[in-house]
Amino acid sequence: MSSTKPNRPAAPQALPEPARAAAIKAIRLRHPGRMVFATLLVLLFVVFILDAAARPAFDWPSVGKYVFDQRISMAAFVTLQLTVYSMVIAIVLGVILAVMRLSPNPVVKSLAWFYLWVFRGTPVYVQLVFWGLISIIYQDISVGIPFTEPWLVFETDAVLSTFALAVIGLALNEAAYLAEIVRAGLLSVDKGQDEAATALGMSWAQTMRRIIIPQAMRVVIPPTGNEVISMLKTTSLVTAVPFSFDLFTRSRDISAETFNVIPMLVVASIWYLFFTSILMVGQYFLEKRFARGVGDRRPDRKADGLTGAATGTVTGLIPTIGGGQATVVLPVPPAAPEAADDPTSPEGGVR
Amino acid sequence: MTDATDQNSRAAASASTAKQVPMVLAEMVSKSFGSNEVLKSISLEVKRGEVMCLVGPSGSGKSTFLRCINHLEVVSAGRLSVDGDLVGYREANGKLYELAPREAARQRRDIGMVFQRFNLFPHMTALANIMEAPQRVKGLPKAQVEKSARELLARVGLADRADYYPAHLSGGQQQRVAIARALAMEPKLMLFDEPTSALDPELVGEVLDVMQGLAASGMTMIVVTHEMGFAREVADSLVFMDAGVVVESGHPDAVLSNPQHGRTQAFLSKVL
Repeated sequence: MSSTKPNRPAAPQALPEPARAAAIKAIRLRHPGRMVFATLLVLLFVVFILDAAARPAFDWPSVGKYVFDQRISMAAFVTLQLTVYSMVIAIVLGVILAVMRLSPNPVVKSLAWFYLWVFRGTPVYVQLVFWGLISIIYQDISVGIPFTEPWLVFETDAVLSTFALAVIGLALNEAAYLAEIVRAGLLSVDKGQDEAATALGMSWAQTMRRIIIPQAMRVVIPPTGNEVISMLKTTSLVTAVPFSFDLFTRSRDISAETFNVIPMLVVASIWYLFFTSILMVGQYFLEKRFARGVGDRRPDRKADGLTGAATGTVTGLIPTIGGGQATVVLPVPPAAPEAADDPTSPEGGVR
Repeated sequence: MTDATDQNSRAAASASTAKQVPMVLAEMVSKSFGSNEVLKSISLEVKRGEVMCLVGPSGSGKSTFLRCINHLEVVSAGRLSVDGDLVGYREANGKLYELAPREAARQRRDIGMVFQRFNLFPHMTALANIMEAPQRVKGLPKAQVEKSARELLARVGLADRADYYPAHLSGGQQQRVAIARALAMEPKLMLFDEPTSALDPELVGEVLDVMQGLAASGMTMIVVTHEMGFAREVADSLVFMDAGVVVESGHPDAVLSNPQHGRTQAFLSKVL
């Protein structure tokens, strides 16, 4: 790229145009093995489908009947709620814990370490059982100064439903894992970034929030997407609380009535797969959002047909869904007044 | 450049009020990392509006000294002050009190720093990089910050690159944005830590041009560099360091053409 400094002599002479050889036209290398293998796989798959369709144990009519059964779709919704609530709490808590672990304050650092030690060191199932028994361990929740008359007293059973306990149990456990993921992300950011921000007079908190965390997100999102999907499935353990309105427990309950286990498992699997597929699409867009400045197209090169961000790690299926759309880059001439509104306007559509 | 004359008059005005106080004053400054003493009793003075070049072999402590000036490293012994204020400490009743992070950050606001590896924020456009600190640290209104950020970009010759992310700029352009970013805080002192060492030879010139313009505008600058041509042309003083010690200092012409110390002669014979 040439210098744009005005006092520098611009290159007035065009570079010599060399003679060119014809573009290479070669016979493509064949991969017969791939074709054979793919055909074989497709055949096996077809055989499996045909066989499964005919097997009475799957009881497809029941699957069709129950997949949109209101009890099941309600339970699927509850599972989704459990996932979303506990994940949101876990992410917030996980970021706080990760930042605490990297804090220069030794008290805060040890506190975060202790949390991780407890919640990562015991199985989530055990923790959920514990949360279920919390009203036996602590009958009341008192708010006030210890050893003085409390200001408020709640009966534990009355304020914490089994749903709330399930969310708390899942969230607190997940936070410990997310804290480690976020910490890895924070550590992946170049030390020079911290120094540059510090040298500009930014505080530690500003540096974290504005400079380090946004860059860490790029590293953090793929494993977090993994955790969301994992959480969706872990919700099937909330029966330990005991909370029984989630997808898996509900379908087990129904099959306990009908004595027809397999179709209900298929039904539950269909819903789980449906949700995880949606989550994968969401993850793809999030990854693009935080890949700004890494794989983006330059503002002056928008016409090429290739997708700009090449950092997605999701399956090949997903990029075709949003491929052309998310990277629409509006070229903003620097002189245009509307560019003044948003410094990130080349990506305006995404933000 | 109206900017330059403005800054000149400002520098002149402040110089008349505080003529005695040098911009940077180091008195027997030492710095150790564990048992490794990187700086050994460095004493030097940088006057207002002065451009000082620090040269020397790698590992000689130039960069560490620079980092001490804005408190990215903590000095182990001696006194280091910027514009009369002790760096990193407050002195009262003959005792030194460590500054709270907030106060240390306040000191750094007035000292601009440019790094060898640019260290631009990769998730922000060039314009956003420049706007970040004035907006967040000084709390200035966005419209005003953006206006001056665009002026700064124009000043470093990158008006048309405002909306580019750092990854889409050449090394020389990135470093010029980094200089603009540091200038956006209106520092009274600029520190350059080998600003051209990571650049292709062809791109070095454009960065040095910007720095030369900055020097001409009256900015006080300390430049760690291997560009002897720049040192000779722009610097008011040149300090040669080796193994944590100031070996020789003086006017660049004098030091470069007629080095007194054997170590300086040996070093210069290789780089000139």
